[in-house]
Order: sequence, then structure tokens, then C-alpha cells
Amino acid sequence: MSVDARATEGSHGGALRSLSRLSWRRPGLKTFGQISAPVAAFLFVYVAALVALLIQSFWTTDSFTGQAIHSWNLDNFRAIANDPYPTIILRTLVMASAVTVTCMLLAFPYAYFLVRVAGPRLRLALLVATTLPLWVSYLVRVYSWRLILNPDGALNYFLNRLGLPDLNIAYTNWAMWIVFTYIWFPFMVLPVYAALERVPYSLVEASADLGGRGSTTLRRVILPLAVPGLAAGSIVTFSLTLGDYIAPSLVGGPGSSLIGTVVFESLGLANNAPFAAAFAMVPLGIMAVYLVLMKRLGAFESL
Amino acid sequence: MKRIRFGYVALVALVTVLAVPAAGVSKGTGLPTSVGAGEGKLTLVAWEGYTQPQWVKPFEKATGCQVAVKYAGSSNDMFNLMISGGGGQYDMVSASGDASLRLIYAKAVQEINVGLIPSYKDFFKAFQSPAHNTVNGKHYGISLQFGPNVLMVNTKKYGKAPNTWAAIYDPKNKGKITIPDNPIQIADAALYLSKTKPALGIKDPYELTKAQLAAAVALLKQQRPLVKKYWGLASDQIDLFKNGGSTIGASWPYQVNALKADKVPVVGVIPKEGVTGWADTWMLSSKAKHPNCAYKWMQYITKPVPQAQQALYFGETPVNRKACAVMDKISKGSCAQYSANAPESFYNSIKFWKTPISDCGNGQKNCTDSKAWATAWTQVKG
Repeated sequence: MSVDARATEGSHGGALRSLSRLSWRRPGLKTFGQISAPVAAFLFVYVAALVALLIQSFWTTDSFTGQAIHSWNLDNFRAIANDPYPTIILRTLVMASAVTVTCMLLAFPYAYFLVRVAGPRLRLALLVATTLPLWVSYLVRVYSWRLILNPDGALNYFLNRLGLPDLNIAYTNWAMWIVFTYIWFPFMVLPVYAALERVPYSLVEASADLGGRGSTTLRRVILPLAVPGLAAGSIVTFSLTLGDYIAPSLVGGPGSSLIGTVVFESLGLANNAPFAAAFAMVPLGIMAVYLVLMKRLGAFESL
Repeated sequence: MKRIRFGYVALVALVTVLAVPAAGVSKGTGLPTSVGAGEGKLTLVAWEGYTQPQWVKPFEKATGCQVAVKYAGSSNDMFNLMISGGGGQYDMVSASGDASLRLIYAKAVQEINVGLIPSYKDFFKAFQSPAHNTVNGKHYGISLQFGPNVLMVNTKKYGKAPNTWAAIYDPKNKGKITIPDNPIQIADAALYLSKTKPALGIKDPYELTKAQLAAAVALLKQQRPLVKKYWGLASDQIDLFKNGGSTIGASWPYQVNALKADKVPVVGVIPKEGVTGWADTWMLSSKAKHPNCAYKWMQYITKPVPQAQQALYFGETPVNRKACAVMDKISKGSCAQYSANAPESFYNSIKFWKTPISDCGNGQKNCTDSKAWATAWTQVKG
């Protein structure tokens, strides 16, 4: 029995050992063996899905059965130029930019306060409070905003108590802007916080020693060093706004369709997957341009 | 280039592999003349609320068919569930009129023998062979429940309910109007135009030529700035009527009853131009694995008691006229409340949802199809 066991162990060990010898002689093979599984998964899951999307966007559907008709044409891409799609794309771009800029304007002073002003305990408490909404379902957060913004909601209640007139922004693009800003805010704060935390205090002191006033130091030392963090945050807020369709449908009103809404409705209502695929290429293109711009700003160094 | 071609080849290979087994299965022709022993199982695609334990449990007990349900979120969901993987995964679907014709023409559902369903003779005439589930005299399912799309008004805030759909196109109601977010809503505009602008020549609100569709879209685009919200869920509209500032809108009896239960002073009226409506059908998959249990289900679900139970649970009207008495027994006055005892002419006056197709029904092929309607609806909402 012991002989048997040793024999199996030996042959087993031998195979393993020869494999290890092979990988030592051929380092390329070793690397390939190590990464081939994740690469294959990436190719199949990510790239194949994108390629399938691209191929599909050149097809059309039989409007009755919803089955794809496999004849190659550019009709779907031509349709994007028709009313109302250019307006919707433009509206989405404006919304995504507005949300991103608002998030930046709010997140920078807040993150600066966290890093430079707040004590360790307050900082921890505020960081937890910032990420707290992320623990709650997206839908709950959007619905709670609906309660706030409703004509009979909390916002108007407090405005009336202050003697101010009602603000009727429920179910408008303004409501959408507020909700997006609120929902994506943590995604902007965290990278900006990380970027600011990396700025050594000695740089601020050096700036002061050289005669730089507070505003000059902020403008010429701290802000440039925070740019990668702002850029990284903006990639998240920008791309999430480009693709979202839930907030427009819940808090938006008439004339609030975004790119995500069109994709969702092409799939969900019209059963027109090829057009949805073609339209999904629009945010893909926009993001490609945006990422190139952000790379120039060094966004990927702080991701 | 090379990579794309590879992807294409791989996809074609995949599609072929999936299609081969589907093509191999074929069903013999001829309708069943009797219902055999149950297979012990029944798989359904249904609207949420259509398979409540109070009427499913007695069925399982009586027939031994264990019911498994997949809820669908939209008509389109239902359609995709029934055709995905070549079909056969589900036995039946509770399809609404905007999906039923598509299911029939995609050959996803099969003809049934209504002679095997005893309650069929008790149906209101309008639901025995309605256009949304009966093609060329062939029945592709058994009618289930229906509801009119009514004009809902808050009588306290709006005042006396108007008797015309013109109210939801009237600029004086700006910011108070709520409209369903669904392309089929174009039919409501078309129905209104068929009465107010006879020159357009709209006969059937689901069979619109390009010019007629354009007229409906123009009317709806004029309406857009007046609309408070295009609602996606019934609960959205309930919310908007409770504290969202909406006082008038296109709605379903379900919302009217839910709001009344919450003491909001609303009424649901049927304006003089008439109404559109939805009607659901239990349809049998062309590749159903448990056909006997499916027939047993159709026999059971059309009986007065489950018809009444479902009507009251969901807020809709049963197609079996004998359900009226049971409804009143469960909840006094509910039969009249849901118009389950109306004269036949009432049911005939409702223009039930149909899938818009290019075939106009009069031999001409120049009508706009559901794809065109979906695009038009995106334009309406802007």
C-alpha cells in the first residue's frame, strides 16, 4: 500500500515538476498559462457582447414577430439623425455635463473640508454619512426625492413656512438634475478626497513661504493636484448619467427622455433590439471622446 | 475586419445550434377533442396578481397540476418570454391585446378547442371571438378579464367631471393632466380624432395610415406641454392624484378604486367619444409541455368564482356574465361598480387594444405598425 501511494505521488509530482520546469524554460508560456483564463473570460463576456451589439445594430427587426432580419444596412444609424433623437442626445449631454459640474462644485470644498479642516473623528463620521445613501436602494432614494419635490411635499412645506412662494419643479428636468446630482455625489467626493489627501502639507507651506496667498495656493497648487481626482469622479458621474433611464422615468416629466430612456424603450416597448444597439453606440462614442480628454488630465493616475 | 467576421460566424453558428432542436419539434395538427389526465405541472407567464393563492390553491388541489409562475413586467416581456429559446419553456401566457396578435403571427401560441371549456357559452358575446385572440374563426386562447381606459377626475379639485376627452387636450388644464406612458396611448388620440375630425377618416384607432398617425401625433404633441407626467406604473398616477397636483387624466378602473379606497374624491367616467380598453387572454404555447393541465386551467379560471375573485383582487371586469352574482356576494355593489352586468352594447362599444400592424384589415397594407407607433411615441414625449 505504501509502495502504491509512493508510486502515484511520484508520477503526480513528476508531471507537476516537468510542468514547472517547462514554465521556467519558457517564461512566455508561464505568463500565458496564468492569464489565459481571465483573458478568455474578458474576451467572451465583454468583447463578444460588444461585437454582438455592433453586429446587431446593422440588422432590422420584423416589427410583428420581433425577430431580427439579418440583412445588412445602415438604417438604424440613419434613424438616429431623425427627430427627436438629436434633441434627446443633446439634452443628455447637457444634463450629464450639468450634473458633473454641479457635483464637482459641491464635492471639492466638501472634500477639502474633510482633508484639511475636519478632525479624524468628524472626518470618519462625514465619510460614512457620504457613502450612507449608497447602502440604500437606488429606487428608494429616487422615490424619497419625489416626496420632497411634490407640490404638497416637504420642499414647498418649508418654503411656505419661510413665507416664500411654492416651487413647482416636480417632474421636470430641474428635478432630474437635483436627483442625479444627489445620487452620483458620493462617486465624486471619494476620488477628490483621495486626490486631496495625497497633497503633502509641505507644498502648501512652501507656497506660503514663497509669498502665495491662500487663494493663490488654492488656485495654483491644490486645484491642479486635485484635477486627476475631479476627472476620475467626472468619468463616473458623466457615464452614469448618460446611461440612466430610471430617474428620467420616475422624476422627469414630459420632455425628459434621455439616451438611456430611448435604449430602454426600444428594447422594452418596441422590441427593436437592433435600433437599441445602434443607439447604444452613441454614448459609447461620447464616452470614448470623454475618456481621451480625461486621460490628458491624468484621470487614470488616481483611479 | 477579421475579428468582426469571426464574431459573425460564431454568432451564426450559435443561432443555428439553437434553431436546429426547435425546428426538429413539430406538432401534429388537429385540435384535442377531450382533456386527458393532468401532467402534474403547469408553467405560466402572467401579470402580477393574476395567480393569487386564493384561486390557484383550489385549482392545484382539484387537478393535481402544480402551478409555477413567471411574472412579466410588460407585454413585450411576455412576448419575449414566449418565443425565447424556441418557446416551450412555458405552457401558457395571460397576454393582453397589444401582444396577443404578435404571439399568434409569430406562431408562439396554438389554436384551442373552446368546446372543451364549459364556461365559454356564458361569456359576453364581445369576448367569445374578439379580434385580439381570434383570427379567421380560429380561437388562439380563452378570454379572461378586461377593463376600459377611463377618464379619471378629482371632483373636489377639478369640479364636475367632463363628458369628453377634450378636457385632456384643453390648455386650461395645463399641469394637471396625467397620461399613461405607452405607445398604445396613440389609439386614444385616434379615437378622439375619429369623432372630432371625421375628415381624417379614422375607422379603427389601431389601423392608422401614415397621415392619420401624423394627425394623432400632432394632437399628442400639442398635449405634451399640458401634461404633468406620463406615468409608467399605476401607483405613479395614484401618487400624482394624491399629492402630485394632478386632477384629471387617462386612467384605469384600478386607480379609481384604489384612490376611492383612500378617500380621494375621484370618479372614472366613460366620455361621449367612447373609450379604448385592454383585454387579456390565456393563450396556449404552441410547444406546451403540459397541455392537459393547461386545458384544466382554462376550464377552471373561466368559472364564475375564480373570475369574480380575480376581478375584485385586480380591479377588472370578468368576461363570464355569471361572475356578477359572485362578485356581489363577496363585495356588495362591486358587480355594477366594474360594469360586470352592463348590456352587450357597452362591451361592443369599447375599442380593445390590438397590435397595430401594416395590414389595415381591408386588404390594404398601408397602415402603420407597432414599430412606427413606438417611434412616434418617443417623438410625442420628446
